[in-house]
Amino acid sequence: MSEFTVIETRKLREVRKGATRKHIINVTVRNEFGVLARIATLIAGKGYNIESLSVGETHEKGISRMTIEIIGDDIVIDQVVKQLRKLIDTIKVRDLTDIPHVERELVLIKVHTPTARARDEVLRITEIFRGKVVDVSQETYTVEVTGDEDKIRAIVELLKPFGIKEMARTGKIAMKRELGWEENPQD
Amino acid sequence: MSRKGADIVIETLIEEGVEYIFGLPGGAIMEVYDALYRVGGIKHILARHEQGAGHMAEGYAKATGKVGVAMVTSGPGATNLVTPIADAYMDSVPTVFITGQVPLHLIGNDAFQEVDIIGITRPITKHSFLVKRVEDLPYVIRQAFHIARTGRPGPVVIDLPKDITQQLSDVSIPSKEEAISSLIGYKPHLTGNPQQIKKAVKLITEAKKPVLYVGGGAVNAEAQDELLELAELMRIPVTTTTQGKGAFPEDHPLSLRMLGMHGTYYANMAVYNCDLLIAVGARFDDRVTGKVEEFAPNAKIIHIDIDPASISKNIIVDVPIVGDVKIVLNKILEEIKKKGAKILHEREREEWLEQINKWKKMYPLTYKNSDKVIKPQYVIEQIYEVTRGEAILSAGVGQHQMWTAMFYKFSFPRQFINSGGLGTMGFGLPAGIGAKVGRPDIPVFVVDGDGSFMMTMQEVVTAVHYKIPVKVAIINNGYLGMVRQWQELFYEKRYSEVDLSIQPDFVKLAEACGAVGFRAEKPSEVREILEEAMRIEDRPVIMDFHVDREENVFPMVPAGKSYKDMILEDGKSPDVETMYLVG
Repeated sequence: MSEFTVIETRKLREVRKGATRKHIINVTVRNEFGVLARIATLIAGKGYNIESLSVGETHEKGISRMTIEIIGDDIVIDQVVKQLRKLIDTIKVRDLTDIPHVERELVLIKVHTPTARARDEVLRITEIFRGKVVDVSQETYTVEVTGDEDKIRAIVELLKPFGIKEMARTGKIAMKRELGWEENPQD
Repeated sequence: MSRKGADIVIETLIEEGVEYIFGLPGGAIMEVYDALYRVGGIKHILARHEQGAGHMAEGYAKATGKVGVAMVTSGPGATNLVTPIADAYMDSVPTVFITGQVPLHLIGNDAFQEVDIIGITRPITKHSFLVKRVEDLPYVIRQAFHIARTGRPGPVVIDLPKDITQQLSDVSIPSKEEAISSLIGYKPHLTGNPQQIKKAVKLITEAKKPVLYVGGGAVNAEAQDELLELAELMRIPVTTTTQGKGAFPEDHPLSLRMLGMHGTYYANMAVYNCDLLIAVGARFDDRVTGKVEEFAPNAKIIHIDIDPASISKNIIVDVPIVGDVKIVLNKILEEIKKKGAKILHEREREEWLEQINKWKKMYPLTYKNSDKVIKPQYVIEQIYEVTRGEAILSAGVGQHQMWTAMFYKFSFPRQFINSGGLGTMGFGLPAGIGAKVGRPDIPVFVVDGDGSFMMTMQEVVTAVHYKIPVKVAIINNGYLGMVRQWQELFYEKRYSEVDLSIQPDFVKLAEACGAVGFRAEKPSEVREILEEAMRIEDRPVIMDFHVDREENVFPMVPAGKSYKDMILEDGKSPDVETMYLVG
């Protein structure tokens, strides 16, 4: 078949693979029946676990805001974001991961404090972290702390040796910074 | 005026222009059936199984472009609709599925015939509603139709608790605008970004070897005229998917017919070698692309689609354009005309078309006919001849579906009704019935496999009941043929559980149902039976064609392989030297 010229090497189409990392996504929704289930179904359908999720009303009636934290491949998360936008009840979906933003989480930690020394030490740590003791018993202090991921991790690590009896976290909430500052000033 | 919720349902459906409902009643939906009886104004087709009703609604929608409506009761009625709902979701069919539900106070109690159908169908619907207040009914129904038919169309489920349909209300039917005003997060983007359109025009004029790859989105948007104009003006060959068939006439010299796993040699070669791929309302399904790395490896890609989530999902594209296909193609045409844009490489473009013609001549769609045994492809060709290419064809899923796609040339949109994305066996007959209900002016042939037919054959009775003259051609090879073909090619002929040779006598079955039955066992009998079938206008006809049992569908690109691994007739590989062009 002389009319055709054979090419020895063919180019291959590039298949993009994304990095796997933690994403933080803000979703504004109409506060309708089943909206949380729709969002959870969609994310679960991609085989991902939701790391944290917080939902609350906004200043507008009938509009709620969710902050979702998921670990996943950048490209698949991009698909998740597009699919979330397609849901009829979502109004705005934004992946904040690469946008300057403020993150906060509130945590309640019930610490074993049977001795005066333990109580003093836990109180001191709590003050350093600008937290509060919100409940006291003969055996325990319950500490409330607010902050970003690193700060929460740090205080949890510091309190662990005393014995944490219970812990509850709200899940992160996040908001885009208006001026896009790079630095992340604490409180 | 105070009336029952059920009456409000029917009134709103009439306001939405619904002419037909396909359904099957039961306890939880009885109020609505009672209102249908009392109020009238909508014709109802009583299917013999809820799955049948669902596919009829799909067939109706695919044939007419209108929203198809199916209505069933709660529990098993609703679960029997799950397959049609998933099918409509995969193929973007505008449909509204109305399910009865147990009274609100019993929801969650494991009541009789209760299932959480909203929960079950959440991943396979565009949206769904559980109606909790009778006053919401007309708003919800209007919103459901709006969502089903706009943007990327799809199925919407409305779950109606029985007490909501029984309560009285004097709510008036809102206007469409009023009803949808609360859908603040739903605004499909239609127009396409002007900068992207300029980029697309530049690529189209500069390309030496362009190909248009057209999917179901072009049919949904009714963009056939724009497509034809663009293809002819810029001399671009066109290939279509199963869902895109008819958006571009297959008897046109620029048509490459279908691409992908069972696409033509020349369509796949054109896509493999092109330098610009213009995807129009198509979604780069794995049955189309094969191995992604080797799909149009040298091409820049323009992708026009109404669904932003379809763009760069499977393949990263160069120029994404989100918008309604018809509007965007019009803008591209305007831009071309305004700029007086010309094909830059006129000579290369003509060489490209010549090259495609060589491929067409070298490996046309073909098969070895026989005068002893009926070849399935021969039956399809004969159907094409007796219908003069003007019938609507509905197919089940499997070998017969692919032979229909290959050997019937489709020339107008909505002409080929088949289950592409979900691949639902049993789709053909009920979808064909729905299509005929929607288009009584056009003959409707159902090409079915024996396996597919047996999954929904109860609907023959429905067609008899309503005197719906669908013509069912069973391509009977006594096998689950496509599975058998894969077992032959990839599992060393270990034919595990595919023999269907124990089967009913389809002629007697047809007669028992009140339909006409024919059988052909020799090629010489085929034509006569088809002509006889064409003359029957008052009932369905079942034609049992006993075909060559082990005929295979070729060409074939094995799953996950590249176009260059294509198998042609008789299992031969194409001459490798014919496949590559100088990039």
